[in-house]
Amino acid sequence: MTTAQGTAAPRRRAAARPAKWLSRGVIQVFLLVVGLIWLTPAAGLFLSSLRTEEANASSGWWTALTTPGQLSLDNYTSLLKDSGIVQAFWNTVLISVPTTLAVVAIAALAGYAFAWMDFPGRDWIFLVVVAMLVVPVQIGLLPVAKLFGALGLFGSIPGVVLFHTAYGLPFAIFLLRNYFAEIPKEMLEAARMDGGGEWRIFSQLVLPLGRPAIASLAIFQFLWVWNDMLVALLFADNESQPLTVALQSQMRQFGSNIGVLAPGAFLSLIVPLIVFFVFQRHFVQGIMAGSVK
Amino acid sequence: MPVTTPAVAPASSRATASHPPGDTPGGASSPARRAVRRRRRIAALFLFPALLLLGALVAYPIVFSVIRSMYDASGDSFVGADNYTAMFQDPATLRAIRNSAIWVVFAPALLTGLGLVLAVLTEKIRWKTAFKLLMFMPMAISFLAAGIIFRLAYEQDPQRGVLNAVTVGIHDSTQGKSTSFPTAKVRLGDKQLAKGHDGSYRTAHRTGPGNTVNLGLVGVAPKDMPSQARPAAPAAQSRAADGELRGVVYLDFTPGGGGTPGTVDRGERGLPALSVEAVDSHGKVVATATTAPDGSYRLAHLTPGSYAVQLPAKDFAPPYEGISWLGPALITPAIIGAYMWIWTGFALVLIGAGLSSMPRDVLEAARMDGANEWQVFRRITVPLLGPVLGVVFVTMVINVMKVFDLVYIIAPGPVQQDANVLALQMWLVSFGGGNNQGLGSALGVLLLLLVVPAMALNIRRFRRSQS
Repeated sequence: MTTAQGTAAPRRRAAARPAKWLSRGVIQVFLLVVGLIWLTPAAGLFLSSLRTEEANASSGWWTALTTPGQLSLDNYTSLLKDSGIVQAFWNTVLISVPTTLAVVAIAALAGYAFAWMDFPGRDWIFLVVVAMLVVPVQIGLLPVAKLFGALGLFGSIPGVVLFHTAYGLPFAIFLLRNYFAEIPKEMLEAARMDGGGEWRIFSQLVLPLGRPAIASLAIFQFLWVWNDMLVALLFADNESQPLTVALQSQMRQFGSNIGVLAPGAFLSLIVPLIVFFVFQRHFVQGIMAGSVK
Repeated sequence: MPVTTPAVAPASSRATASHPPGDTPGGASSPARRAVRRRRRIAALFLFPALLLLGALVAYPIVFSVIRSMYDASGDSFVGADNYTAMFQDPATLRAIRNSAIWVVFAPALLTGLGLVLAVLTEKIRWKTAFKLLMFMPMAISFLAAGIIFRLAYEQDPQRGVLNAVTVGIHDSTQGKSTSFPTAKVRLGDKQLAKGHDGSYRTAHRTGPGNTVNLGLVGVAPKDMPSQARPAAPAAQSRAADGELRGVVYLDFTPGGGGTPGTVDRGERGLPALSVEAVDSHGKVVATATTAPDGSYRLAHLTPGSYAVQLPAKDFAPPYEGISWLGPALITPAIIGAYMWIWTGFALVLIGAGLSSMPRDVLEAARMDGANEWQVFRRITVPLLGPVLGVVFVTMVINVMKVFDLVYIIAPGPVQQDANVLALQMWLVSFGGGNNQGLGSALGVLLLLLVVPAMALNIRRFRRSQS
């Protein structure tokens, strides 16, 4: 019985080998095609950004693959001379960096409190924060616009930063609280025994230990705000608008504006791409933690 | 606040610092009690910035929106539920609701399915890290940039939009790329060719094999003449053998003037790559040919009889222009396609992580028992991945309901209404010219209500993970 099985199995595997080899080849080709399909639209925009207005109007970007002579950096140099676009780029930085810092700082404080401090209603308040995880930003647009109008924040960068910070907090608190809660209890108790105040424990022990989670959070938050259009569309005026809003206003004449839109889109996505490639691991972890788990 | 929070067990699930003794009304100012008060004050300080922002910018707006949704556009008079009933009567809002439903039904399922298939296949290749990285990259960029990328890819003109370039290429290679001359016609008063109902041209007189039939057309502008076209005069003189019909199809127009209408003059060029058919007395096409660069054709193997020579309608049909991706009919599927370009990497990476944490020996055992790959996939992989698939699916449902930027960017102005979704309609009604903040608030509340199940799910999951 056992011997019969022992001989049958290798024979079957040997017979299956060419088939397996073939199917592996098919899979490789299939995934290669999928990868190419994924690459093509982005490559198209990139090549278009390097072609003149006339070239883009008269022929497809793929002709640049055979005649690379038509590629030039002219669109980019003229884009960087456009003061509106350059201003919008800096606005994007001025919105994303402070928001990221604020979210990390505020959420780290709250996350520590939820994880390791004892106060009445703690679990109940934290459940409210968990519930806020999926609240759509749309619900805040109108009421906060009115509120900011009364406070004189409407149309300014601080207003945009405040809104983003508030809507980034539920996820940030959730992530950091869960990460901080994993810190061994003994470590904190030892620190408390040594007479460390809460602030000292937080800044000297919890923050350094929580660095991986904080890194994921910061990257995720930065990209989220950098890529936002909806919030800035409402809360930023012409002087404070980020790149996404500035480019969006050119979409109306898409056909004739490709010489601005294509390099502009690349200007806006080069920073996220760099962040993505440098911090790949944190980025993936952040996304995974962000999904409803 | 519309939070579906079930009563929370008062006992802290995780025993951190236990309630200190002496926390009773009796021990008035014991040091322990003072310490508790101090600790609470510190906790309040740590929480204050977060709770202030969440309260003022998240919780308060929810309450405000619920109240505001019960007032009219200007906010002066209370209208109760009128905004909610108006929502289901206003055609634009109804269409937005319908489109959002289409999104929710198709996008999460397609994404989860595609992510699953790709994740399983990716396991079998060596360059899986590179592949996942490539697929994941669109997650990092903005909807705006992705929108611009796809607006360009979906362009109607096959000279600009890559999708239609491919579509037209496939169409022309399968249906045969017929060079056609949509503007070509016979000269006014020409008796030789008669126009059919379908746009084809046929000789008015029938001829037997062995004859030469030259067909003259006009109405092709010099810029529309293909560069390969050659003078037709030499070929027009050639004689047909038995059993064949010969001739040229030419442009009966001499550049620079001169020439006689109806004859092939020197300098007049042939019309290349046109279909020519021989039609027998029953109206049946018995032979076809394609014209050479000099416009010559040869219809061979004809049995004796009389035939009409026909230029079929496709010689005059406008060229195939591809699919109208951004037209009203396809706009929502087109935007869902762009959305999948962005999110497939997310599904792939999450499901891939689930796959790699799956017990290998179970799969190997099944394979050893003779199960084929499909059976392993259906019976083992998918059931074991159930929870991960659920996470991906639910996350996508929540995200899809809030989709805004992509629709706003990709749909051209005239078809924006055809692509409308809830979040966009909420924007248009409140800020984009509609200026009806009552209805806008009601739409915001509807969006919130739609994610309440996800909210409840989150809370349940969290509480279970804590106990």
